[in-house]
Amino acid sequence: MLVEINNLKIGFQSRTGLHQAVKGVSMTLGTEKLGIVGESGSGKSLTARALMKLLPKQTVIEADKLAFDGIDILAASEKQMRSIRGKRAGFILQDPKYSLNPVKTIGSQVAESWHTHKGGSRRQALEAAIMLLEQVKIRDPKKVAAAYPHEVSGGMGQRVMIAMMLAPDPELLIADEPTSALDATVQAEILRLIEELVSERGMGLLLISHDLPLVSHFCDRVAVMYAGHVVEELKASELLSAQHPYTRGLLNCMPSLIHPKERLPVLTRDPEWLK
Amino acid sequence: MNRRFKSLAATLSSVLLTLFGLTVLTFLIGRVMPVDPVIAAVGDNAPEDVILRARTEMGLDQPIPVQFLHYVYQLAHGDFGMSVLTKNPVAQDIVRFFPATFELATAALLLAALVGIPLGVWAAVRQGSFTDQAIRVVCLAGHSVPVFMLSLISLLVFYSALDIAPGPGRQDIIYDGMIDTVTGILTIDTLIAGDFDAFRDALAHMAQPVIILAYFSMAYIARMTRAFMIDALKGEFVITARAKGLTLATVIWGHAFPTVAVQLVTVIALTYAGLLEGAVVTETVFSWPGIGQYLTVSLMNADMNPVIGTTLLIGLIYVGLNLIADILYRVLDPRVK
Repeated sequence: MLVEINNLKIGFQSRTGLHQAVKGVSMTLGTEKLGIVGESGSGKSLTARALMKLLPKQTVIEADKLAFDGIDILAASEKQMRSIRGKRAGFILQDPKYSLNPVKTIGSQVAESWHTHKGGSRRQALEAAIMLLEQVKIRDPKKVAAAYPHEVSGGMGQRVMIAMMLAPDPELLIADEPTSALDATVQAEILRLIEELVSERGMGLLLISHDLPLVSHFCDRVAVMYAGHVVEELKASELLSAQHPYTRGLLNCMPSLIHPKERLPVLTRDPEWLK
Repeated sequence: MNRRFKSLAATLSSVLLTLFGLTVLTFLIGRVMPVDPVIAAVGDNAPEDVILRARTEMGLDQPIPVQFLHYVYQLAHGDFGMSVLTKNPVAQDIVRFFPATFELATAALLLAALVGIPLGVWAAVRQGSFTDQAIRVVCLAGHSVPVFMLSLISLLVFYSALDIAPGPGRQDIIYDGMIDTVTGILTIDTLIAGDFDAFRDALAHMAQPVIILAYFSMAYIARMTRAFMIDALKGEFVITARAKGLTLATVIWGHAFPTVAVQLVTVIALTYAGLLEGAVVTETVFSWPGIGQYLTVSLMNADMNPVIGTTLLIGLIYVGLNLIADILYRVLDPRVK
């Protein structure tokens, strides 16, 4: 198993006490594509960031088990984490406008990723970076490598992000809403690219998304999160015919072009879901 | 290319406009001040006809616009008039006094930046910790204790009581007149002369005023660096950098710090300008023969030409440093282009 999470709890200490945001999440991931869906604030991103130990210091993380390829993440030192981050697990963030460094060239940022984990000279790293940019289907990789993030489009930026995270050949890719900041037409392209590269390289993928049809289409399995819990886990192909009332509720909230609704229904929340 | 030319033209025209404003302002200072330059030149007891003759000679009987044009004409020729006090042309005095201030200010700025920036970054990374609080207290003290007090205490402790620091002035009296003036910067001139004892002496004399000025500026630089870095460290790109598996040092200095460099340039340029305009108080306490002391002494003696001359110089320094900061922006931040 690449990732094993058992009873993960994440909380934030404040003056009024500990606020639990993730309340006992369990899931496992092998060389497959796992989607996590759920509303904003349901704990999707926190779960993913905890796995990379990227949460702020004051966050309180507890788990019966939180492991990456058998390595206990909670007990791992910063140094051990650095040999996992980037090298064995890549992490794609939501909006390339903010997640790429604004004052460094694209080429140098991708090259840095390669150089950090594979060594070699700066020149080799830059050549590798250009190759990687080509792999993510950027047409003029040399020109893009010399450009700064603000000079490229959102879709292009996300391709750069993917190239950067795939540079050290990781085994797992975590994508935290990789397409939410992009235009609808570009979203599909980026996801197809991620899927292609992940399948080609035989990697595991953890895809966090709001977009239920998209996840059901691209992933093997889906975990549905609600208020810090996984309320349902099922095969992606069965997502659209899910039985859990929360998942049904989410599906009901989607506007449809073919059957337009006068008003979109509002979720009626049942405390039973949290049991 | 065209756009770059346009932005250059815009910058230059704003510089010219500022310079024009500066000449008008200094000209007005000379007219508005309740000091009669004629009396100041010939003295209170001069007979009436001498005063009248001097007034005509100085062109003060002309209408104001004519006087202004004459003033601009003189400035354009580097003529700031004569100093009554030193009996020298003001331009010559400035050339003599400015290097002392330049030396002091530059050394203080370098020290302030070299200590202040790392301290600020450190405080930002350890935000809220004991280290952060300690740095904050040190900086607050540096910025709130008056410089003259620190200077006097320093002289009292290190010069008078402990006798480990030299007294006021730029050099010991035995080296007076021994070193040829080449650049006016004593540490460089002594090195050119090859006199290492004099060099050490010059350094020792600089130590106290430089450290005190640097402490004051360091406090400001550290505080601003901390604020900028706290903002930068919140950026998503910092998460990206960490997710790439970079060391903390690379994340901080290689990713977060370069994004605040532009803001820091402004802070440092303004700090430098503030130091260059003559740390009036520090120069007075340490009898440092710089531009600040020149300005103060002239002002107290109603010697208006040096006052106007140094005011112009200080204005020029501000304009020049702002221009340099503007150019550095373009180099440091690709987004500005």
